[in-house]
Amino acid sequence: MSQLLTNYYEAASVILFGIGFMNLLLQNNLIKKFIGLNIMDTATYLFLAAKGYVFGRIAPILTNGIIDAEYYINPIPAGLVLTGIVVSVSVTAFSLALVLRLYKHYGTLNMDEILRMVREEEGE
Amino acid sequence: MSENKSFWAKLKSWIDGDEVIINADEYISTRERKDKVIGENMLGEKHAPAEKLRANSTLYRVLSVGITVCFIVVMLGVVMDLPMFGDPGSITNNEVAARYLEKGIEETGAINFVAGMILDYRAFDTFGESNVLFMAVVAVLMLLQRDKKNVSAVEDKEMAEDEVFDGQDSKIILQKGAKVLAPIVILYGIYVVLNGHLSPGGGFSGGSIIGAGLILFSAANGHKKMQTFFTVKTLTKISVACLLTYCGCKSYSFFTGANHVGWEIPKGTPGDLLSSGFILPLNICVGLVVACTMYGFYALFTKGEI
Repeated sequence: MSQLLTNYYEAASVILFGIGFMNLLLQNNLIKKFIGLNIMDTATYLFLAAKGYVFGRIAPILTNGIIDAEYYINPIPAGLVLTGIVVSVSVTAFSLALVLRLYKHYGTLNMDEILRMVREEEGE
Repeated sequence: MSENKSFWAKLKSWIDGDEVIINADEYISTRERKDKVIGENMLGEKHAPAEKLRANSTLYRVLSVGITVCFIVVMLGVVMDLPMFGDPGSITNNEVAARYLEKGIEETGAINFVAGMILDYRAFDTFGESNVLFMAVVAVLMLLQRDKKNVSAVEDKEMAEDEVFDGQDSKIILQKGAKVLAPIVILYGIYVVLNGHLSPGGGFSGGSIIGAGLILFSAANGHKKMQTFFTVKTLTKISVACLLTYCGCKSYSFFTGANHVGWEIPKGTPGDLLSSGFILPLNICVGLVVACTMYGFYALFTKGEI
């Protein structure tokens, strides 16, 4: 249990990921679904940023001319978070564009309604 | 030989986007109408009826909560076994990170180790990211552009109202504010892009700031004014030119057998604006792509055209 309290950033990010996943599964509104997806992304960034931090070290930008791996935090998670942000922005924009087209066609964002209308269209 | 032929015929029709039907005329003359079959018996098997779905929804909710709670509990168990937060001896701080930090300035010339990492050691990763952004804006363009098949009377009416609103002096605070703020925002974005190898920032963050400046300008002065200097053609030209420049900057070493023709790109003095080889031009390329993408998303989602 004390491990969880020390690793509270990671624990929080896991819980946040779960909240986002639950949103993705249970929301009926399509835009809220994608908000859930974005919460999951954010949880991943929090996890990566927490894994890169080291106590007492500074951001990886050359300061006072010191070149020493013991002086800076790990730069790799920063690059990975960057990749994650870019992909998340692209995926969100693409999915929201799809949602907009769905809304224009069916006039609702409720997924059950859309499914019902699709079924009716196919039935006729 | 005949098998070979049919393979090429299949390949050709696949490339042309047709269904792979070789004897198409024969098939069309003999096939049965599909919609009849659906109407009679296939519908019931294809989809569960609505009543059944409604009964299942409680089960679905319980199951999804259960699965998520199980997931969280398992992952919390994993977190318990992770290395301690902020531990210098943690396994993530291995020799790769040490190499980037110790040899980074010597090998890339960038003071910002992250910029040196993502635009020199891992430049292809960043190239992929820029391509993902460009593809996203192209996909959104395909989906949302207002063309012959994507119009509706309600939207046309709304657009006409917007244009009347843009023509009036009714948003004077926004317009005066944007007049002062938009140049400063864009200038700051350019500063962040150009200093990407010297300070926090770089192509992605600076590009987003430039995009925010463009969005502010567009919101204040109307879409028509923005179109005088920024259209779909501008976006495509800038993005493609930047991606090709990036590709050329980073793929030359493949064509020279990965030995840089015995010529290293001059690194300059670390800390100068013009230093660290290709990182500055690559940052500019990425920044332009990101700025175009951000403004493109805004314009497409609000107006349906860039």
